[in-house]
Amino acid sequence: MAGIDQSKIRNFCIVAHIDHGKSTLADRIIEKTGLLTSREMQAQVLDNMELERERGITIKAQTVRIVYRAQDGEEYIFNLIDTPGHVDFNYEVSRSLAACDGAILVVDAAQGIEAQTLANVYLALDHDLDVFPVINKIDLPSAEPERVKEEIEDVIGIEAHDAPLISAKNGIGIEDVLEQIVKKIPAPAGDKEAPLQALIFDSIYDSYKGVIIFCRVKEGTVKKGTPILMMATGAKAEVVEVGYFGAGQFIECEELSAGMVGYITASIKNVKDTAVGDTVTNAKEPCKEPLPGYKKVQSMVYCGMYPADGAKYPDLRDALEKLQLNDASLNYEPETSIALGFGFRCGFLGLLHLEIIQERLEREYNLDLVTTAPGVIYKVYKTNGEVIELTNPSNLPDPAEIDYMEEPIVSAEIMVTSEFIGAIMELCQERRGNYLGMEYMEEKRALLRYELPLNEIIYDFFDALKSRSRGYASFDYELKGYERSELVKLDMLINKEEVDALSFIVHKDSAYDRGRRMCEKLKEEIPRHLFEIPIQAAVGGKVIARETVKAMRKDVLAKCYGGDITRKKKLLEKQKEGKKRMRQVGNVEIPQQAFMSVLKLDDK
Amino acid sequence: MSDKKREDYVNQPLSIYIHIPFCERKCNYCDFLSAPAGQEKQEQYVKALLGEIEYWGRRFENVPVKSVFFGGGTPSILKPELFVSLLCKLKEAFQGIVTCENATDEIIQKQMLPDKSESRRNDLKSSQKQTEISMELNPGTVTEEKLLAYKQAGINRLSIGLQSADNKELKLLGRIHTYEQFLETYHMARSCGFDNINIDLISGLPGQKVSDWKEILKKVLALKPEHISAYSLIIEEGTPFFDTYNGKEELLVDEETDREMYALTKTMLKEAGYNRYEISNYSKAGKECVHNIVYWQRGNYIGLGLGSSSMVDNVRFQNRTEFESYVNYWCEKCGNKKVDFPEVCQEIQPLTTEEQMEEFMFLGLRMMEGVSVAEFETLFEKSIFDVYGKLLETFESQKLLTVSDRIALTDKGIDVSNGVFAEFLLS
Repeated sequence: MAGIDQSKIRNFCIVAHIDHGKSTLADRIIEKTGLLTSREMQAQVLDNMELERERGITIKAQTVRIVYRAQDGEEYIFNLIDTPGHVDFNYEVSRSLAACDGAILVVDAAQGIEAQTLANVYLALDHDLDVFPVINKIDLPSAEPERVKEEIEDVIGIEAHDAPLISAKNGIGIEDVLEQIVKKIPAPAGDKEAPLQALIFDSIYDSYKGVIIFCRVKEGTVKKGTPILMMATGAKAEVVEVGYFGAGQFIECEELSAGMVGYITASIKNVKDTAVGDTVTNAKEPCKEPLPGYKKVQSMVYCGMYPADGAKYPDLRDALEKLQLNDASLNYEPETSIALGFGFRCGFLGLLHLEIIQERLEREYNLDLVTTAPGVIYKVYKTNGEVIELTNPSNLPDPAEIDYMEEPIVSAEIMVTSEFIGAIMELCQERRGNYLGMEYMEEKRALLRYELPLNEIIYDFFDALKSRSRGYASFDYELKGYERSELVKLDMLINKEEVDALSFIVHKDSAYDRGRRMCEKLKEEIPRHLFEIPIQAAVGGKVIARETVKAMRKDVLAKCYGGDITRKKKLLEKQKEGKKRMRQVGNVEIPQQAFMSVLKLDDK
Repeated sequence: MSDKKREDYVNQPLSIYIHIPFCERKCNYCDFLSAPAGQEKQEQYVKALLGEIEYWGRRFENVPVKSVFFGGGTPSILKPELFVSLLCKLKEAFQGIVTCENATDEIIQKQMLPDKSESRRNDLKSSQKQTEISMELNPGTVTEEKLLAYKQAGINRLSIGLQSADNKELKLLGRIHTYEQFLETYHMARSCGFDNINIDLISGLPGQKVSDWKEILKKVLALKPEHISAYSLIIEEGTPFFDTYNGKEELLVDEETDREMYALTKTMLKEAGYNRYEISNYSKAGKECVHNIVYWQRGNYIGLGLGSSSMVDNVRFQNRTEFESYVNYWCEKCGNKKVDFPEVCQEIQPLTTEEQMEEFMFLGLRMMEGVSVAEFETLFEKSIFDVYGKLLETFESQKLLTVSDRIALTDKGIDVSNGVFAEFLLS
């Protein structure tokens, strides 16, 4: 299968605001094309036989290579590289974009441009990608394709007059999109004969093959036997297999050359050797310099993750190590909690990222986790001149040693229809926002600019935004820097004992309100015990809020007749089993979800 | 079970439960194994029971029998001759059943010890009280004739399922009788000479007020039964009550009221001279239910009939619950089986020492006298404090248990006894 014509390759991604139909369009594109060129059809049959003998590997990465027979009669190879759509993942988006030559911008025909539309388009333009727009959901009664086209031209400044008008859901206009991919997205550049230069944009670990590197070859060629060098880590290996991405399968091929997107395996066992963003080159004939890597991202949100079963600590460590391979933006270090035992303090790009990692740990690695309240990194300036970057509230020094503290601030852009401007401004005000300005995108929609403390938006800001705008507001932010702030540590005491895993840092003006709501929430979460349990919130040893979990009044099997003792015991076992899923602090059993309570302090 | 092991229990007293899985109609709260059935089915079932009685009789021929309990279902639904045939067969098969004080003395002489020496018989008589032979009955299912037959055949204790003394509540429960019908049955039983009668009551019915419950207790106390069982309603899965009330706790009596009713029961019954000897059971002195105490004190018992449970020498097992296979097995195939466990037994489960300790605690603590520290040590050759020391200390400090020579639940401990019992599970 050698000799793929570089001019017939199109590497692209789809960018969109969340829910504008990115995934549906991707599905349609895959449906309307084939997985193989007609030349490859023959080989595929044989390959399949081999694959059958191996284990079927499913890949998570939504990267797929498809074949499209265009109206000009030629067959084109499309590499569709999926990108996450959420604001947390700008970094992820950027690493996927680096593997592409162009991007399709999907815009909802009814909603028009949203905050993330802008963020993602700018990101794509930053990577010098050619972007063409597609107007989706044109079959909706509220669709206004002409208005949206104008908006794209006015606001973003890209050509939109011939944007395909489609309905991904109903398969309308997909052909048009495919033709535009061929016409508007440039073929990759790069010299097949030059020294190898390939960008690692993702990787996964497979217990049979070792690390599987997902890469975009920019220059040169790589094939089985090529000695490779990872330029940043210095790791060397010999290529065992190269190939491309079928639908949910790895399909081996002879070589990957300049312009191609595919995978490399080289029996690499140490996951740390293949950093995402690194450049792969030929160890014998290296390229002059590495490709510009991604900017090293910094975690913005931290939380503690603990195995529900303490014995699973090593499993959690292994799982985190493997996930980090896929996801360089995840970082972690060991920590210990009095309430939760041994675990890790983990850093994430944002709350969604946190939730995704948590879910992957639970689903893919079968771990039962207890997660503590997420927080941001605070800078603590001590009186002795020392500066601490605080990720775990428990490590806050004694107030007497603290000179002052700083917290991270983001600049946020919120797009909203005019009727909700008041409500959203009120929300931002409550969250200690600093109003920067507002501009009208068009008659009925405005873009609000605010500076907001990051710790005010990581919990439930997004939900609050949606509920106060009936779902119409959209939101994007980026880190601006650190600012001095009056912060305090809020401690939660359960049955008079401080529970370290429930402490969090909060602005002193919000302490009372947060404390009260935490008490209320914990009262709901903690089951009644055989005794009364006071729940208190305290700042610097002073109790500022209190609730009480009343003692259990009745838990009795009145009737214990008959000799079927086994059945009675099963009932008791069930009761005891329920308790096992809780964490014991002093005499109190705290359900695991209570440690996440702070996330669910619903807006009133 | 090896022969050697069998000898270990062969002289330990035994209790026998016999299940009659028939009723006129299923009550709305009932999750017992019971259903209405025709005459033919009832006859088949009794025939099978006779086979099963014979089998177990061979294995426990001379073992003293502490108690026999006919439960259901509604045992009194059986035709009197069917019921009497069961009792006769029992007395024939288990020579350890003692009914020697009255008219049945004749039967003992004829059937029980024909070839045994007089001294052995006297030993038995003096070493053992009369066997408690109880049956459950439902108002509206008995006549004077039936009651006399029961009495004649050796029944010496009746347990009458009244449940409520309020006709509206009886209807809600799906009972087949009225309070007036119950009164008739009760007085009839007295006039037939039954001097040990229990009345079952259920508190905490949907809509019930504390004052309603008080009225019910007053009415029942006026009858001066020897024993009262008073439970609070449990909504069991698979019952019409479950379908009606599950997830609608607001329709049920709230916890505070329920506890108030419990407290009221205790006070009123105490004043009337009843001693609470188990969480839900009250009796006049010396009238405790021997049979149920065997369950709580972990004595040997065999359960005969569909789905019945047994525990013999720390092995628990249970009869199958499919009617056909039970009946076929004992009617046709029983023969002279010498197997340890008939094929109709299932879930044969020898208890580990730990499981025995767990049961010792959670069953023993149901009794108000609690468990004996010394007995634990004798049975398990280990101090109870080595096994449960920390837990006992915690519960004592929470005033849920009292700990001295005996360990017992406090009133507060009774209210939350499930939570206490669960902690005594070791695994």
